[in-house]
Amino acid sequence: MQYLPFVVVAWILAVGLYGIVTSRHLVHQIICLIVVQSSTYVLLLGVGYVTGAVAPYYYDVPNHTPAVDPVVQALALTDVVVEAAVTALLLSFAIQAHKRFGTLDPQELASLKG
Amino acid sequence: MTPAQRRWLFGIGVTGLIAFYLWGLSGLPGFGHYPGPYGFIILRLAVRQTNATGIVSAVNFSYRGFDTVGEEFILFTAAAGTAVVLRRLRGERERSAVDQAADRDVPPTSGAIRMVALLFTGPVVVMGWWLASHAQTDPSGGFQGGVILATAFILVYLSGEFLVFKRFSPVNLTDAVEAVGAGGFAAIGVAAVPMGLAFLTNYLPLGQVPGAVSSSGTIALISFFVGLEVGAAFILIVGELLEQTLLIRQGSG
Repeated sequence: MQYLPFVVVAWILAVGLYGIVTSRHLVHQIICLIVVQSSTYVLLLGVGYVTGAVAPYYYDVPNHTPAVDPVVQALALTDVVVEAAVTALLLSFAIQAHKRFGTLDPQELASLKG
Repeated sequence: MTPAQRRWLFGIGVTGLIAFYLWGLSGLPGFGHYPGPYGFIILRLAVRQTNATGIVSAVNFSYRGFDTVGEEFILFTAAAGTAVVLRRLRGERERSAVDQAADRDVPPTSGAIRMVALLFTGPVVVMGWWLASHAQTDPSGGFQGGVILATAFILVYLSGEFLVFKRFSPVNLTDAVEAVGAGGFAAIGVAAVPMGLAFLTNYLPLGQVPGAVSSSGTIALISFFVGLEVGAAFILIVGELLEQTLLIRQGSG
């Protein structure tokens, strides 16, 4: 139980990587990359968690209430937004690849180039 | 490489990765036992030093503001990259967005979608601005607010048509807003340097009451600019993708 969140991280990471390696479709591959990145959110929030602590917002709780680590939360927050933008960029590459080669299968794409 | 070989190679690689991960894990304190001290020091000092009660925003826009500048420019670059990759290529032509067959009816948007989109647009705009301007108090900030503001424009597209979306978000204006957002963040940071302070020092008055909207100095201001940048970037990305699907066709002419 003590290490369960970190085991979940390893599981999400491995599943995502397996998807990337065996993917037969670029859009599927991009979604697998999102899955890989999701493991970092779980890792960041898991590392900073403190049992019984509140969220790091002191708007309506007294100033010395124990709270979870705010630094990893800030990292996860920017991570989510940047991931969305990078996904859009990757999807636009996929659109152009489909136009150019008429396929979205990464294995066929590799053989076309080689 | 055949798929079977690829799977074998992946199996070997992932076994090594998991082994290293478990090895690293054995040195970590268990879940719920964050050892500190960096996060705890910030928690202790942030309200006193910045008058912001949203500590995550204080970290994002002040303590680790330098990292956030970098993250913001990743977003900026990704939006620019999408625009470059989805340009009109040789051998493609761009259709006019104006209806070409005025005598034939466009299939109407369903009444239910139009209704929901119109109902939500106003509240979504308010919520976006609220989030972008309350980084210093609540779980909110420019990143979340910007994304939600962009959603309002997507609702406009859903309820109307592409032309309406374009009229609500002209590319020149959206570009300008994005540049002002990204540049504003950097400019606020650089403005500290001529005063003899370090880059991104919080030099504005911090306000009297922790948790007031007017408190926290540059944190609130930077969050607002980030909101502009994120919102504009997402509108641009969505606009580019829609243009690609709706207007750009094979063939020349």
